[in-house]
Amino acid sequence: MALIDRLGETLDKGQGSGIILSTVDSLLDWARGKSLWAMPMGTACCAMELIAASFNKFDFDRHGTFPRPDPRHTDVMIVAGTITKKMAPAVKQLYEQMADPKWVIAMGNCAVSGGIFYYDTYSVVRGVDEFLPVDVYIAGCPPRPESLQDAVFRLRERIATESIAPDRRREAVLTLPGSADISFGVRPGDHGADEQGGAR
Amino acid sequence: MTAEIGSDACFTNRIDPGVDELVVNVGPSHPSTHGVCRVIVHLDGEVVTKAEPVIGYLHRGIEKMAENRTYLQVVPLTDRLDYVGSMYANWAYCRAVERLAGIQVPERAEYLRVIVCEMQRIASHMMSLGSAAADTGAATMFIYAFDQRERVIEAFEELCGARLTYNYVRPGGVSFEIPEGWTERVLQFCRDHREGLEQMDRLFFGNVIAKDRMKHIGVLSPEDAVAWGASGPVARGSGVNWDMRKHDPYSVYPRFDFDVPTGSNGDCYDRARVRLFECYESCRIIEQAISQMHPGPIRTPGLPRLLAPRPGDAYDHIESARGALGVYLVSDGSVRPYRMKVRSPAFCNLALLPLLAEGHMLSDLVVILGSLDPVFGEVDR
Ligand code: SF4
Repeated sequence: MALIDRLGETLDKGQGSGIILSTVDSLLDWARGKSLWAMPMGTACCAMELIAASFNKFDFDRHGTFPRPDPRHTDVMIVAGTITKKMAPAVKQLYEQMADPKWVIAMGNCAVSGGIFYYDTYSVVRGVDEFLPVDVYIAGCPPRPESLQDAVFRLRERIATESIAPDRRREAVLTLPGSADISFGVRPGDHGADEQGGAR
Repeated sequence: MTAEIGSDACFTNRIDPGVDELVVNVGPSHPSTHGVCRVIVHLDGEVVTKAEPVIGYLHRGIEKMAENRTYLQVVPLTDRLDYVGSMYANWAYCRAVERLAGIQVPERAEYLRVIVCEMQRIASHMMSLGSAAADTGAATMFIYAFDQRERVIEAFEELCGARLTYNYVRPGGVSFEIPEGWTERVLQFCRDHREGLEQMDRLFFGNVIAKDRMKHIGVLSPEDAVAWGASGPVARGSGVNWDMRKHDPYSVYPRFDFDVPTGSNGDCYDRARVRLFECYESCRIIEQAISQMHPGPIRTPGLPRLLAPRPGDAYDHIESARGALGVYLVSDGSVRPYRMKVRSPAFCNLALLPLLAEGHMLSDLVVILGSLDPVFGEVDR
């Protein structure tokens, strides 16, 4: 919200009056990072914390993350729970159904590595990264809902450096006319990416 | 809706030429299947002619893993069985171990177990009621129910540091003494919870939409309930007065004064309502337990870390939020169980789905499934 306020202020006193110079990358990353709709792939105990995160006490919606159980609507898949060998093809298929760009959060030890079910069992996949590209890992059995929210912030930081050009990473900062630069995609000082470089 | 890759009822609604039947595959990832259940539904128009639950998507081999753990190390595994009500599986397992090894549990530990398990029942029923309401489209109710559930979970967190996987009940007692001020907190919760229940009763159960969606849906006769081995609120919703706490009393339950609510119609509405009334009874039990509890040891003194019971077997069951939860243990005299078998109420109740869903609309299927309240950690183990 603060960012939007500052944006209006900048536009008012800027010489460009109503014009923002930007790149497609920074605008896209800003928009994507702020509204990450989640595909809740809750299979086991961690799903309870995933539900708790979206309900009253923790209220995930305020961060723009909203659970939608339809892969076509979502940007990030939150794998919460044990993935068994029987379930893995379905998870993979759901991931493939999601529209690009898409990200994966592995929530809980089971999704990270198999967790408590790493040893002595014959039916559990040892970590969802055996078949999906995972962006953020959260440890815990189960992790607290706050950890999940933190993971979404981490994911935003990552998204802020993405580019539409393949194999390119940006130092995401957008300069507005007549003002100090406003970092789009991340809060300044949030993660050390508040460099002053203009949009490339 | 998705399907397991490679299955024939996959991707599309297959229409057999000449037969007016549609096979729809619900799950294993579907918002209303309460976990990873897949149901193959045969439809005639919109009416279900046959519903086959396919389970095993969360089979983690917990019973087999238990054979490689010492008796104490199995307790964390039992947390992961019924993850909506972890305390029950802890307790059922510990009772089996105690019976196998002949351990006497101190009285205070029994009271603490009763208190946490009744609170767990409230937490579990809140989850069940909330999701049952969400299945009928009343998402607001979920918020109110979850509010109550969070308060229980916060109390548990203060007690043992975990929000979900408590590992609290151990063979021979419980792991921690209650912190200062905890009983007042619980008593305050009980008072507030009654108000919350009344509010939910008015908000949801008096609502005409909820009645329309849930009354006369998925009717289970008392004879069928007994014949299919249903237990817990599913059996009691049909009027079968069967509660382990009353009819096979264990622990200190005979000392408490409480009722067993039963329904009369055996439909989804009654099953959900029974859960609501059970929460009142749980509050009563908690209050009595707190007033009767005396200071004392919470663990059996002198219990060795490595239990090695004499060869033999033992079975014990308790009344969990889903019904009669039993654990069968076989010992060969070593420090590890030779075999552990869990009699899961959720599994037995889920078996009723084909019976109940037949002849109802597809949209009623999720309501019926929700009213059976399966937890797939326990179904698949
Ligand atoms: S990480 Fe722990 S809490 Fe989460 S699904 Fe696995 S066993 Fe359950």
